[in-house]
Amino acid sequence: MDLIKPELGLIFWTALTFFVLLFILRKFAWKPILGAVSDREEGIRTALAAAEDAKREMENLQADNERILKEARVEREAMLKEARELKDKMIADAKEEAQVQAGKMIEQAQAAIESEKKSAMAELKSHVAGLSVEIAEKVVRAELSNKDKQLKLVEDMLGEAKLN
Amino acid sequence: MSLLLLQDVAQNYGAFAAIGAGLAAIGGGIGVGKIGGAAMEAMARQPEMQGKLQGSAIVLIAFIEAVALFGVVVGLMGVLG
Amino acid sequence: MHSNTFKAFLTILFSLFFATSFADSKDPSEDEKPFNASELIFHHIGDSHSFHIAGDFSIPLPIILWTDNGLVTFSSNEFHHDVDGKTVVEKNGMKFVNLHDKIYQLNEGASVVSLDAEDHATNAVKPLDFSITKNVFSMFLSMALLLLIFLFAARSYKKSNNNMPSGIGRFMEPIVVFIRDEVAIPNIGEKHYKRYMPFLLTLFFFIWINNVIGLIPFFPFSSNLSGNIGFTLTLAVITFVITLFSSKKYYWKHMLWMPGLPVPMKLFLAPIEIIGMFVKPIALMIRLFANITAGHVIVLSLISLIFIFETVWVAPVSVLFTLFISVIEVLVVAIQAYIFTMLSALYFGQALEEGHEH
Repeated sequence: MDLIKPELGLIFWTALTFFVLLFILRKFAWKPILGAVSDREEGIRTALAAAEDAKREMENLQADNERILKEARVEREAMLKEARELKDKMIADAKEEAQVQAGKMIEQAQAAIESEKKSAMAELKSHVAGLSVEIAEKVVRAELSNKDKQLKLVEDMLGEAKLN
Repeated sequence: MSLLLLQDVAQNYGAFAAIGAGLAAIGGGIGVGKIGGAAMEAMARQPEMQGKLQGSAIVLIAFIEAVALFGVVVGLMGVLG
Repeated sequence: MHSNTFKAFLTILFSLFFATSFADSKDPSEDEKPFNASELIFHHIGDSHSFHIAGDFSIPLPIILWTDNGLVTFSSNEFHHDVDGKTVVEKNGMKFVNLHDKIYQLNEGASVVSLDAEDHATNAVKPLDFSITKNVFSMFLSMALLLLIFLFAARSYKKSNNNMPSGIGRFMEPIVVFIRDEVAIPNIGEKHYKRYMPFLLTLFFFIWINNVIGLIPFFPFSSNLSGNIGFTLTLAVITFVITLFSSKKYYWKHMLWMPGLPVPMKLFLAPIEIIGMFVKPIALMIRLFANITAGHVIVLSLISLIFIFETVWVAPVSVLFTLFISVIEVLVVAIQAYIFTMLSALYFGQALEEGHEH
């Protein structure tokens, strides 16, 4: 029966020991240990979060880089295109101007030729007129050297004039 | 004869106590066996739950075992009391 | 490997042979009391006022008594290993005897303890006994060990610059974390568990280390402290008191007036629940006490077989079975400490439960 009869002395010492242990260990062991464990867990959690953040940032950066690269490529493309266009335009402009210039020159030349021609014609005409008058004078002189012939002419002319 | 035997047994409570403890052990054994078997089966079905099942099986066994131990203690009281 | 096993077997066989011849050479005329196994076992699992080491050699422990005339202290040495009440020690005018490792104070005028048929003293009273018995000594030892282990462990955290433990702390941390993650948090809940952690940890390690001390069969260990009902009673009562103090309205409502049931059922359930409230700590007490005591009894019974059969040839069987049981006991003592802690946490969790509306 002794076996299942608790003894006061042991109960007293057990309670005392347990509470002393609880008190000392709580203050000097459980608190630091649990604190360290939870600190470490917190540290791991934040480190993981930081790593995740860094990864995301890295991804962002990479995406940025890619975007910038793409933009640069597009820009280069655009610049090249522009340059090509400019070149084409310049060539086209130059061509056009040259054409215009050439046209103008041709026109001028034509105009010069025309005026030359005109003046030449006019000179020719006047020349021809002078020549004709001279010839006519000579012919008339020859014709009107006798009276008969003069009269006959007047006659013819009058007859012609009547018809008008 | 039988009276003498009874008298003899009555003077030796230990025999009764041993029978009582034995009966308690049978009951506890059946209970623990059933829990263990069911836990094993559950673990085989869902190996990923092993940790949880083990924990609760141990606690359940502790509950059943307490009943058997009550028997043992009562038996002890019989022997010693 | 095989040859080693064989060699070991041969060695055991030969040593047994020599042991037998040695045992046989002992003088048979030596008249001894017939061996009484249950006496030996109950002597071992009970408490004692002196710490037996080997043979006739034992360490006396202080006896502290609270009598009607105040505190009395003396060494148990003064009883000269007498536990039959024959040696009378006189202190402060009071006479004391040691009867089966219980200290009795003789009544006025009596000089010899007189016993009745059942070996109970008739002319003596038991004063309040606060002696440092074997169990109390062992408990102090466990306290010293726990303090040593955990103060060292805690210091190793402080010494390291990144909160990493070293040495014993590295071994203990997983257990501490196990108690937190597998015992406290699932049973008590994230919200309140921190308040109970010191208690649960202290409880677990206190029970465990005392269980382990009980398993080691030589001085200064070998006591049966956690298999003593006074010890388990104290721990169970502490758990019970903490449960009561942390209980909330919901706990009492569920116990006394279970919601959602017809009134006769409520009246029927209330007493059962109230009994259950007390049975829980009692079951805690009995479980630890009986498990550890049973372990000690089994080991001692197996060893006693050698002396019961009075032949050394039983020894190999005894030793093998003792080894087997001891290996199981190593597991059992840890599981018992775990279960005690686990159920304490469970009861706290139940007491703390907030009412979720049905």
